[in-house]
Amino acid sequence: MRGIVMRASGLLACIALIAGLIAAGALAQVSPTATDAAAARLSTARSTSEPPPASPLDARLKKLERELRCLVCQNQTLADSDAPLAADLRGEIRELAVAGKSDDDIRAFLTARYGDFVLYNPPVQANTWLLWFGPFVLLAAGMLVWWRMSRASGRVAADDPARPTADADASRGRALLER
Amino acid sequence: MKSAWKWSLPLAVFVALVIFLYVGLYRDPREVPSPLIGKPAPAFALRQLDTPQQTLGTADMHGKVWLLNVWASWCESCRIEHPLLVEMARQNMAPIIGLDYKDKDDLGKAWLAERGNPYAASVVDADGRVGIDWGVYGVPETFVIDKRGVIRYKQIGPVTAEALQRSIVPLIRELQKES
Repeated sequence: MRGIVMRASGLLACIALIAGLIAAGALAQVSPTATDAAAARLSTARSTSEPPPASPLDARLKKLERELRCLVCQNQTLADSDAPLAADLRGEIRELAVAGKSDDDIRAFLTARYGDFVLYNPPVQANTWLLWFGPFVLLAAGMLVWWRMSRASGRVAADDPARPTADADASRGRALLER
Repeated sequence: MKSAWKWSLPLAVFVALVIFLYVGLYRDPREVPSPLIGKPAPAFALRQLDTPQQTLGTADMHGKVWLLNVWASWCESCRIEHPLLVEMARQNMAPIIGLDYKDKDDLGKAWLAERGNPYAASVVDADGRVGIDWGVYGVPETFVIDKRGVIRYKQIGPVTAEALQRSIVPLIRELQKES
């Protein structure tokens, strides 16, 4: 009977761990930036097969545009989007760059107007702590519960008088086979 | 006591998960909160649609509670909100300035002639530059600006009767009382 309880608690620990992982995924859902950051990295990786840009400025702008979100078609980067606003913003970014603004200046220009949402790589700040660290906290909590429960069930099982011994198991097995 | 934990922890995780998913269900990812709310309205001085030799800008509106409505003749959902704006103008609550966004003058004028002109004046943002400064990413958008020239509200998408009743009209009344 106690063995069953222990097994059930082990199962619960597994459920807690899985629930933690799912919750981490749900967090990413609530703030889509985490998964999109991965998508942005993917698109960066894909881009290596494209022909090399013409000038250093072009290369710099392409790189910058790949980490900025188009607000009209929200799962595309400014580099990928065909939306008229994306074209306008690319023009604006180019002008700023030609005027000698740094990448950070350009990012600041856009976030002042459209918010942190335009950044595929969200900054680590008070309101994104949950996004950045929440999944790890949940994972750690799940692992802690799992560790504690597996340790507890191991310890109890060893000196549990109700637990069938190896001999008892073997004779029961024989009995079943001979039946 | 210990077994209470085993049950309550997964339950708590599950409940948290349900809350996250439930909230996520009702969030509109298309509505990007504007960082400009509570900030001074980005200055502009643009030529007027009806009298191209005259300009109108944010400086002219200082000391007034006013609305900036971003519209265009090519904008489908502007047709939905237009009758509400006409009605609002008739009630003379606050001057509405139209920002004719990336439009052709003659098309814009024809559009207003056909549907009624709720605007104290419309200004022409032919290349969408002022739109970018105001963080416009879709048309229509509507801003409420207070007497000190600070943006207090932004409606993304068409103004609805509900938004007027619940937010915009009460806000205008309140702002009119400010000095």
